[in-house]
Amino acid sequence: MGISPVLWQFLVKWLNASALFPREASTIAPYMDSLYFFLIAITLVGVFLVAALLVTFSIRYRKAVHPVATQVEGSTLLEATWTIIPLGLFLICFVWGALLYFRIYTPPANSSNIYIVGKQWMWKAEHPEGQHEINALHVPVGQPIQLTMISQDVFHSFSIPEFRIKREVIPGRYSTVWFEATTPGTYHLFCTQYCGTDHSAMIGTITALSPADYKKWTEQSTSGMSLAQNGERIFASMGCNACHTGNAAARGPNLAGVFGSRLRLTNGSDVLVNEAYLRDAILNPSQHVTSGYTPIMPTYQGQISEDGLIDLVEYLKNLNTNDRVQQTLTTSQSGQAAPQASGVVKP
Amino acid sequence: MSAPSPTILNLPDQSTAQLPRRNFINAEHGLLSWLFTSDHKRIAILYLISITFFFFIGGAFAGLIRLELLTPQPDLVSSDTYNKFFTMHGIIMIFLFLVPSVPATLGNFLIPMMIGARDLAFPKINLLSWYLYVIGGTLTLTALVLGGVDTGWTFTAPLSTHYLNTHVITTASAIFVAGFSSIFTGLNFIVTIHRMRCPGMTWFRMPLFVWAHYAASILMVLGTPVVAIALVLVILERLVGIGVFDPTKGGDPLLFQHLFWFYSHPAVYIMILPGMGVISEVVSTFSRKRIFGYTAVAFSSVAIALFGFFVWEHHMFIMGVSNYSALIFSLLTMLVAVPSAIKIFNWCFTLQMGSITFETPMLYAFGFMGLFTIGGLTGVFLGSLGMDIQLTETYFIVAHFHFVMVGGMLMAFLAGVHFWWPKMTGRMYPESLSKLAAVVTFIGFILTFMPQFVLGYLGMPRRYHAYPPEFQVLNVLSTAGATILGIGYLMPMIYLAWSLKYGAIAGDNPWQATGLEWQTQSPPLTENFIEIPIMDHEAYDYDWLEHKTADEVTHVG
Repeated sequence: MGISPVLWQFLVKWLNASALFPREASTIAPYMDSLYFFLIAITLVGVFLVAALLVTFSIRYRKAVHPVATQVEGSTLLEATWTIIPLGLFLICFVWGALLYFRIYTPPANSSNIYIVGKQWMWKAEHPEGQHEINALHVPVGQPIQLTMISQDVFHSFSIPEFRIKREVIPGRYSTVWFEATTPGTYHLFCTQYCGTDHSAMIGTITALSPADYKKWTEQSTSGMSLAQNGERIFASMGCNACHTGNAAARGPNLAGVFGSRLRLTNGSDVLVNEAYLRDAILNPSQHVTSGYTPIMPTYQGQISEDGLIDLVEYLKNLNTNDRVQQTLTTSQSGQAAPQASGVVKP
Repeated sequence: MSAPSPTILNLPDQSTAQLPRRNFINAEHGLLSWLFTSDHKRIAILYLISITFFFFIGGAFAGLIRLELLTPQPDLVSSDTYNKFFTMHGIIMIFLFLVPSVPATLGNFLIPMMIGARDLAFPKINLLSWYLYVIGGTLTLTALVLGGVDTGWTFTAPLSTHYLNTHVITTASAIFVAGFSSIFTGLNFIVTIHRMRCPGMTWFRMPLFVWAHYAASILMVLGTPVVAIALVLVILERLVGIGVFDPTKGGDPLLFQHLFWFYSHPAVYIMILPGMGVISEVVSTFSRKRIFGYTAVAFSSVAIALFGFFVWEHHMFIMGVSNYSALIFSLLTMLVAVPSAIKIFNWCFTLQMGSITFETPMLYAFGFMGLFTIGGLTGVFLGSLGMDIQLTETYFIVAHFHFVMVGGMLMAFLAGVHFWWPKMTGRMYPESLSKLAAVVTFIGFILTFMPQFVLGYLGMPRRYHAYPPEFQVLNVLSTAGATILGIGYLMPMIYLAWSLKYGAIAGDNPWQATGLEWQTQSPPLTENFIEIPIMDHEAYDYDWLEHKTADEVTHVG
């Protein structure tokens, strides 16, 4: 074939630059794409059928060849056919879509957690080991990653098209999504929920690294303090440890090992202690009083940032004994006696 | 006999024909006679003028949006301005054009005539509804002139309640007021259809246009108050901080979306059902056949209206709603797709054994059927839970609802305007020019919105002022299509205006259609009928029409 190499190059470049669907870069992507192609096939068949009927009838029964119409009332058989067949196809789409939905929104047990905070107009990623990123997220391939996300202000939405995942990031509530990257590379991160002026600038880069590169990256970019360590500092500085001492006679319940347990509340309900529960109990304690305790805890609404809450949650998740609570209590009581006295806010 | 002519168009002899001496247009003169009229036909004309005005304003914003998106960089206007563009485009097109488009113009004009009544049940409320629409429109324009609003047409809390300092309250009040115009129209239609049918006009002798409007009216009356409540809560939140949507006060920001979509999903059916009614009339007339499975088409309208109320959560599948409730809403969404499929196939089979001609309204109706099929089937993508995760909030959504709303509803509206134009004005528009406009619109539409499906799966988010450069090729195609589409919409504007003075005299029934509205003079008398007709035949009875015409010829001759 005598095709000009210049033209050939142009064609190749043009085809590469105008992909018709995004790269498949996560374990979810192939499942999503197969459903997509199935739906496209249904659409093509449907559109082709309607077009074929319109064109065939238009030719066969146009006035020039069929000057007098023959009146037909209808046909129960035909109408039942085009009720039942579409219904059946739509139900297949429903079941297939539901299976995929549950797959995307049910994280595997061995996934590791990264926190995401959305705010107008940036994404903050907080790794438990203490890496902080803005408008970027580094993840290893071959490892399921769960994102626990919250918004500081309005609704945002966390979307990585190449991974085929998306989840709304909601003010005042944790939402989660998970993925497992398969191919090292960089991918788009978009905010897809309209969030004000710079909505279209609330974008970022997802970098998927091989496990070795990822290890290198974590070592180079750690802030030196894990989220749990930050949380421990907040726990002491906000005076949480004054009541949650872990002693039997303490005014607040023992928090060691509380994460993942089931609690009975004073209102009689049983709750599972997860990230969302811990956050709510800090911000709105009077609604979450553990059975056997009096509602004396003040609200911390407006006093701790979402990042701080994540630190606290991460600290409590990893709190297995009260040894260090006792230690920090003694140090904070001796060391912070003076500022506490001067810092009392008189109403 | 000579070879059958390729058209059913049957105009009176132009050398002798003239417009009827007395009709609703020349019954009274002066601006005040229009502004204080209680004639449903005059109110329909008032509506037609006002929605056309807003359509071109909304269209101008669409043009500006597409112009900005020609390049990946945010270079034409600032981000805030761009956000105001798409907000205004959405609010004007949905609340001030699509919702009132077919019902308030064609429905208003035709429903009393189709069921053999002299007017709607509450003529003064009908006029009030137009005034409310005008007040709503004026408030919207006020917000626009004062500096605009950038909430998006969805008013999502807490963005709209706490984070924006644009004219949210003015715009929300505008929609609140315009909403009551829609409620009154719906109420008027329901009462009229129940109480004012002429002798012999049983429910199953009504044209399908009336059935479709009946279903849409139920949605207007039951759905619109809910969006009114949601908008009042937004206004109260901004004014006094009641905290219903504020998590720090124990409110739930997601509640706003539940309330908003409880109206705004049925609103989609408020927009599309009357359009489906138009298509039924047009397809029947130009294939000279009763609609295939009349009862199924009538009941599918009602089924859409009923199911339409129970699918709103499919706008919120990724918003952290319970997975199991998402399951139920997905299933209901699949069910609501079925009646639409039934209608499409029934229209197709109406053509079978017919005697088909291809005048302008029929071309628009063919366009509707093709585009609505694509719009409907891509809706199944979005109703399918897992697929929705990838596609929601992207250009796929944008393409999908434009296929339904513009490809479907606007095509149907234009089909209807061209179909009943001779009845409303007594004159014909230039046929070949209008056929050209229909084809141009179709091509422009496909070119504008097809690339957006691809962009959506690639992940391009909606409401983006700037986008990654690899999406440019598809965006350029889309903008090119929008230019063609714009021409396609300007053409009818021009030749329809021209036809008001220079168009051929249409006569009573140029299309040889069976509806009661065609059995009187064009334009009709203020009181519609000299004496109330008696419906002694089924709907779409072409044999009856033929005998009637033959009788008249013998009697006159």
